[in-house]
Amino acid sequence: MELNGAQIVIQSLKDEGVEYIFGYPGGAVLHLYDALFQQDDVKHILVRHEQGATHAADGYARATGKPGVVLVTSGPGATNAVTGIATAYMDSIPMVVISGQVPLPVIGSDAFQEVDMVGITRPCVKHNFLVKDVTKLAETIKKAFYVATTGRPGPVVVDVPKDITDPRIKVPYKYPKKVSIRSYNPAVSGHKGQIKKAVDLLLTAQKPIIYSGGGVILGEADKELTEFAHTLGFPVTNTLMGLGAYPATDKQFVGMLGMHGTYEANMAMHDSDVIIAIGARFDDRVTGKLDQFCPHAQIIHIDVDPASISKTVKVAIPIVGEVKPVLEQMMEMIKESKKKPSKKALESWWNQIDQWRAVKCMEYDRNSRLIKPQYVIEQLYEVTKGEAYIASDVGQHQMWAAQYYPFDKPRHWINSGGLGTMGFGLPAAIGVKLAFPDAEVACVTGDGSIQMCIQELSTALQYNAPVKIINLNNSYLGMVRQWQEFSYESRYSHSYMDTIPDFVKLAEAYGHVGMRVDKPEEVRPALEEAFALKDRTVFLDILTDRTENVYPMIEAGKAHNDMTLRVANGTSTDRELA
Amino acid sequence: MRHIISILIENESGALSRVAGLFSARGYNIESLTVAPTEDSSLSRMTLVTRGSDDIIEQITKQLNKLIDVVKLIDLAESDHIERELMMVKIKTSEHTREEIRGIAAIFRGKIIDVTPTTYVVEMTGPSSKLDAFIAAIDGDTIIEVVRSGPTGISRGEKGLHL
Repeated sequence: MELNGAQIVIQSLKDEGVEYIFGYPGGAVLHLYDALFQQDDVKHILVRHEQGATHAADGYARATGKPGVVLVTSGPGATNAVTGIATAYMDSIPMVVISGQVPLPVIGSDAFQEVDMVGITRPCVKHNFLVKDVTKLAETIKKAFYVATTGRPGPVVVDVPKDITDPRIKVPYKYPKKVSIRSYNPAVSGHKGQIKKAVDLLLTAQKPIIYSGGGVILGEADKELTEFAHTLGFPVTNTLMGLGAYPATDKQFVGMLGMHGTYEANMAMHDSDVIIAIGARFDDRVTGKLDQFCPHAQIIHIDVDPASISKTVKVAIPIVGEVKPVLEQMMEMIKESKKKPSKKALESWWNQIDQWRAVKCMEYDRNSRLIKPQYVIEQLYEVTKGEAYIASDVGQHQMWAAQYYPFDKPRHWINSGGLGTMGFGLPAAIGVKLAFPDAEVACVTGDGSIQMCIQELSTALQYNAPVKIINLNNSYLGMVRQWQEFSYESRYSHSYMDTIPDFVKLAEAYGHVGMRVDKPEEVRPALEEAFALKDRTVFLDILTDRTENVYPMIEAGKAHNDMTLRVANGTSTDRELA
Repeated sequence: MRHIISILIENESGALSRVAGLFSARGYNIESLTVAPTEDSSLSRMTLVTRGSDDIIEQITKQLNKLIDVVKLIDLAESDHIERELMMVKIKTSEHTREEIRGIAAIFRGKIIDVTPTTYVVEMTGPSSKLDAFIAAIDGDTIIEVVRSGPTGISRGEKGLHL
């Protein structure tokens, strides 16, 4: 079969099994868009801004496990995509971004819409390619998918100069079934000796804890993790990225850990004698003050990326490998072992944990006459029976969604954890809804974040991707305001938004349903009404208590056992600002 | 501690900037970096001198290995190795200093490879410390230019860095 470069790109995507491309046309990709027009297999979703394309592809990837695919033009199209690429990179999300480039002969001449995409994205991609030969195009695309989806996943950029997609130049096409790269051989199973050592340590632990992260979800190992935890009877804490990797309603779950984690999770980490970190990377939002991090613990760390091991926290037993096969290997050894976890030690450990739980660190004022954001999330959980996909933006609302919506299944919590990208939520929700049209998809956001990619409301309409937007509107950049309250004597420097649009009218202008909610008793009926409107995107503008803060909190530079808890009975925050 | 990391890397455009970018992005220091083709035209060899604690060097080698273009690498400091650097020094001369400079160069096994009525260019190879010692032995005011290649190295014995 002879194809031109543009056809090769599209045919390669077909052969790769790609269902959706999220993109935006422009000069350098016109040949590609022409080839796209002449087929029906790969569906193109026209976003309204290239950042939206990357986030939508990212949401699609997080929810399905399949790589997200993006197509953008050169220059500004490419640079607009960078934030979304960096977002995917920080959270290890598989993504292939095809960017147009000016023709090869003019590269380097400051041509119209020229930018060095390979150079600009180098620090925020797993790898990138500039295609210089049309006969290598199909192989390069195969390599991009291979690199993006194996080992520790991540985004890969393929920069395609316009002359490479010239319709007049046809070359033989064959999409390789497999590619190998001599310098790229990610580890799969772990070192047996190391695993044996880890099992021995686990079986003698007195105060153990399982600390699991996004790697469990990426590695499809949630069932293995659950079996592992149930077999050992150890407490489990998840990172922000790991929520859903272990059922949050399970009695062994002690909640999220870290800066806004639960008291019991952080105290258990601090007091533990053995930690097994599974697909987690000791992020600074998790560890707090490094030199006081888990002072009594010996740490086992399973990760597919050797560079994540002992990067910030030295571990005793490193295991490089994919989480799933390593957990399976461990389970086998545990079953074969004559040693069993000490019942007595675990019983007293759980007694201690129950005392920490009794602090009830997640309580808030339920009698407030203002709408508490936590209450909204709890109601959202009930109305959706805990089964919705929740995409979130970044800020206070993100933490409340993470804290008050217990995720029992993986891939249902869709948020920008590593980069913390405001504007992520709405396009990500659209990507999820396209992947699972019958599922409930909500975007939990705030008045700041939602305005960063609000133009994608138009995309949601065009492609019939009805999502429910839960806007926790406090007229503040709430997380910034919270930090300014704690650390800058409440000097609210530019964290206040005094000209917020009328979101109801805005939603209606985009062809959606808008509703405003300003009383606690209206929250539940409004949510029910919104989710009853199955085929409509609904924008719920919920005016929440403006001064509510996220608790508990480990303030910057503090250790796990030095948490700031909510003031007793919560009345301190129940006030309106003048 | 000072480490010499020897890297086999794909001979692709941009490979060098991936390595250099990694060092600047993660705040690692590079003392010197040399790149040259190898007997296999698809590969380049990079020799990189860096300094850091054991933890930092461990991260550097892990992060380098993570780059898709890096095929193989070794930290030469981990085992017995030979290190050489090439230096050319242009020195201002006068009638009564020429013999002294020739003498010092001979002690250091340097060669004089260019002569004008007022200058010498001395060529020298050796471990970096030897080159430093030669510079120290010459009157600083007479040095016009010092050009150094940066160290490169090879391990002793049968083991070697190859595919």
